[in-house]
Amino acid sequence: MKDLALHILDILQNSVTAGATLIELKIDEMPAQDKYLVKFIDNGKGMDEEMVQKVTDPFFTTRTTRKVGLGLPLLKQNAERTGGYLIIHSTQGKGTEIETQFTFSHFDRLPTGDIAGTLALTVSSYPAIEFKYTHITPQGIFKFDTLEIKEELGDLTISNPRVIAFIKDLINDNLKDIKAS
Amino acid sequence: MTKITSLADLRKIKSDVEAKMSLRERSETPDSMVQIRVAMATCGIASGAKIVMDYMITELDKRSIPAVVTQTGCMGYCYAEPTIEVTRPGHQPIVFGYVDSKKADQIIEKYIKNGELLEGIIPVNYENIEGK
Repeated sequence: MKDLALHILDILQNSVTAGATLIELKIDEMPAQDKYLVKFIDNGKGMDEEMVQKVTDPFFTTRTTRKVGLGLPLLKQNAERTGGYLIIHSTQGKGTEIETQFTFSHFDRLPTGDIAGTLALTVSSYPAIEFKYTHITPQGIFKFDTLEIKEELGDLTISNPRVIAFIKDLINDNLKDIKAS
Repeated sequence: MTKITSLADLRKIKSDVEAKMSLRERSETPDSMVQIRVAMATCGIASGAKIVMDYMITELDKRSIPAVVTQTGCMGYCYAEPTIEVTRPGHQPIVFGYVDSKKADQIIEKYIKNGELLEGIIPVNYENIEGK
């Protein structure tokens, strides 16, 4: 994958497939500790011990159209390439949490990419799911919650192209404001 | 200091959109709109499906074609990614492979608007991965 936003687009799909009704994305930039932390938290159907071990194996997948599942293994590889890690916590029937850390200053840390676009696309594709996004930098915190957006929209669907464009702008402006990398 | 987009701007967009929506559009059911599903599994995303999806959403809106564009998982055509499935109202779905912005433009102009078939259509595959 060319950038982090594409990995995020990919992993969020996992949460959707697990039947989550609430999906959270947290990004914490800590250049002082040389850490870039990304967390995915969902309330989907979760996995048992055995599956948690298997899921980072590229030859394991839950889909039936192909025999490989590259999403998590590729993200893990990219994190580890920068001296970071990818840890999965999951409880069957409750949900899954994926925590991945990159070394902030490492040359191989992927460029961030279009996180705003990724989120706008994902939230508009699944209007029934609530998404929360928190982005923390030393300069500030930005919180985004689709519940607020939908309240404001009332009857108008979140999949409307103009709303999608708005969400992208909202996130981009605020990320610029907190000087997200 | 540049103005930061906020929820107040959303209210304005909402009233703009609702004012422009005709009565016919308001009662538009999903069945009467073109359905487009963009394969967004790892292979699709890595090959540029996001760009195709962004393009479709913006262009269909610009050209005033009522459509629903959604993400879907792997459709099994990883060798031909990015792939999109287009369903015109009343027609069978058709899958196009090797889609980029240029191809997406042709798909909109030729297939979606006029029903003309294009190169690069992927035929339906009745085999599953076990080869049965």
